[in-house]
Amino acid sequence: MAEITRDDVAHLAQLARIEMSADELDRMAGELAHIVDAVKSVSEVAGPDIPATSHPIALRNVFREDSVGHVLTPTEALSGAPDAADDRFKVPAILDEE
Amino acid sequence: MSDPTLSFDEAMEQFDPVLGFEVHVELNTKTKMFSSAPNAFGDHPNSNVNEVDLGLPGVLPVVNKAAVESSIKIGLALNCEIAEYCRFARKNYFYPDTPKNFQTSQYDEPIAHDGWIDIELEDGEVFRVEIERAHMEEDAGKLTHMGGATGRIQGAEYSLVDYNRAGVPLVEIVTKPIVGAGRRAPELARAYVSAIREIVKNLGVSDARMERGNVRCDANVSLMPKGATKFGIRSETKNVNSLRSVEHAVRHEIQRHAAVLASGGKVTQETRHWHEDTRTTTAGRPKSDADDYRYFPEPDLVPIVATREWVESLRAQLPEPPAERRKRLKAAWGYSDPEFRDVVNAGVMDAIEETIAAGATPAAARKWWMGEIVGRAKVADVDPGELGVTSEAIVELNGLVEGGKLNNKMAGQVLDGVIAGEGTPTQVMEARGLVLVSDDGALLEAIDSALAAQPDVAEKIRGGKVQAVGAIVGGVMKATRGQADAGRVRELILEKLGVNA
Repeated sequence: MAEITRDDVAHLAQLARIEMSADELDRMAGELAHIVDAVKSVSEVAGPDIPATSHPIALRNVFREDSVGHVLTPTEALSGAPDAADDRFKVPAILDEE
Repeated sequence: MSDPTLSFDEAMEQFDPVLGFEVHVELNTKTKMFSSAPNAFGDHPNSNVNEVDLGLPGVLPVVNKAAVESSIKIGLALNCEIAEYCRFARKNYFYPDTPKNFQTSQYDEPIAHDGWIDIELEDGEVFRVEIERAHMEEDAGKLTHMGGATGRIQGAEYSLVDYNRAGVPLVEIVTKPIVGAGRRAPELARAYVSAIREIVKNLGVSDARMERGNVRCDANVSLMPKGATKFGIRSETKNVNSLRSVEHAVRHEIQRHAAVLASGGKVTQETRHWHEDTRTTTAGRPKSDADDYRYFPEPDLVPIVATREWVESLRAQLPEPPAERRKRLKAAWGYSDPEFRDVVNAGVMDAIEETIAAGATPAAARKWWMGEIVGRAKVADVDPGELGVTSEAIVELNGLVEGGKLNNKMAGQVLDGVIAGEGTPTQVMEARGLVLVSDDGALLEAIDSALAAQPDVAEKIRGGKVQAVGAIVGGVMKATRGQADAGRVRELILEKLGVNA
C-alpha cells in the first residue's frame, strides 16, 4: 500500500488551493493511497521496455503557421471577469511578496 | 535598510565567486507561442488575446512553428545539442499574471542543451561560459499594482492585469555554474548578457530591447573560500534588466555575501529584488513549499521531433556570429584595438561598414563617423544613425574635401546642412556659398594685408620662428571667412617671406 500521510494531503490541498476540513484530510489520506496503488498496477503490465507516454495518440510536430488569427476585443476578453477597470482585469491585492 | 557589505577588494581577497544566469528572451514572432493572437508590444490592454491566452475552459493550444524554429536557432548559435525529441510540461502555480494557473514550459526535456559561448571582455580576455539548456515557454501577463503609495506591491489595494503579454514565446537560457572569473565576475556578467542580447538580435529572432523586457536576466551569485571547490549557498537576483544593472547587481551580491560569510554567518538561499536607485538588493521570499510546481507533461500538446534535416536547414540560415564578424571587420579595416573598440562602443560599426561598401576608405569612413557624426549625435542626444547621414553623402563629402573643393571646417558646415535636410553635400555647398579659395592671386592679396597688419610677427617668421606663421594664417582665414585652404596659405606665406619650413 502506498504511503500518503495526512500532511501530504494537506500540502497538496494547499498547493492546489483546495480548502479541506480535518475530516476530509483524514479520509482523503486513505483514499489517495488506494488511488495511487490502482494507478501503480499499470506497472505490472508495462515493463521497463515500454516507454512512458503523455498522449494517447502517436502524433508529433503538430504546428501552426505564424500568422495572426482569431483575437478577442477587450470587451469580449473581459466579459467573464468578476471585476475590471481600464480594460484590465481587476484582482484582489496580492500578498506582500517582498 | 541596507545590508552590510565588504569592499569588493576585501571580498576578492577571501572568496571566489560562482555565477549563474537565467536569461529570458522574448521572441519576435507575429503570434503567440500557443495561440494565433498577435505578439505585439504597447497595444491597448487585453486587445491581443484570445481564449487560449486567457486559459478559458475547453481551449486547445497549438504550437507556433516559427517560435520552435527561432528556439532551435538560438540553441545552434549557443553551440547546443538540439534534442531530437522533446515535450512541453505544465509548471503549476497560482498567480494572477498566469490565467491558466500553470505556465506551459519545458521541464526535463529542453529543446537545446549542453552548449557554450566565448565571452570576450574589453581587454580581450576570453571566458568560456557553458550553457546548461535553452528551453521554450510562454510569458506571463503584466500586473499593475494600484492604490499603494509607491505603485509597488506593498500596500496595494488591488491589481490590474493586462494579458497582452501572456503567451508571448520565451526562450530561457540557463548557464552552468561559472567559476574562475574572480574579480572580473561583475564585468563578465555584463558581457555575458550583452553577448546573448547581441546573438538573438543578430539572429533576428528577438527585438532584444532590454528596456521593453525583451531580454531579462536573473543572476545567481555564491561565494566559496579562496581555493575551495564546494560551492557556497547562492542568492538569485531577479529581473535585472539593463546591462549596467547586471554588473552592479553581481558586484553588490558578492560584497553582501562576503560580509555575511566573513562575520561567520550563513547566506540564506532566497530570491533578491534589485533596486536600481540604491544599487542594492533586498530579500524576496525564501525557497518554500510554494516552489513545488508539480511539473507534468502537457497533455494538450504533442512531442516535438527535430529531424536532422530540419535542424541542418535552420543551421544553414544562421548569420555570421557577431564576435566573428567583429574580428573579420577589424582585420579588414586595419584599425587598432582602441580605434575599433571606440567604433563598437559608439555603435557605428554597421554604419562604417556601409560607408566603406559605398566607396570610402576605412580611414575616411572612421574619420567621418567618429570625428564628426558621433559628436553631433551626442549633442542632439540621438543615436548616430538617426541623424540621417547616408553613406553616399559621406562618400560625396569626403570626395569634395579630397578634391580640394572644401576644407575640413567648411566640410563640417556642409555636414550640418546635410543633417538639417538641406540636400546632398554638393547642393548644401552651393546653397550656402561655401567655396574654397585656392586661387593664389586672391590668397596672396589677403596674405599681404595680414603681414602688413602684423609686421612684428612677420619679422619673427623671417628670423626663423616658423611656428609664428599660425597668426598670419589665422588672419588670412579670417579675411576669407574660413574659405581658404589653410595648408596652401601657409606655403604661400613662407614662400613670400623666403623661409624654408
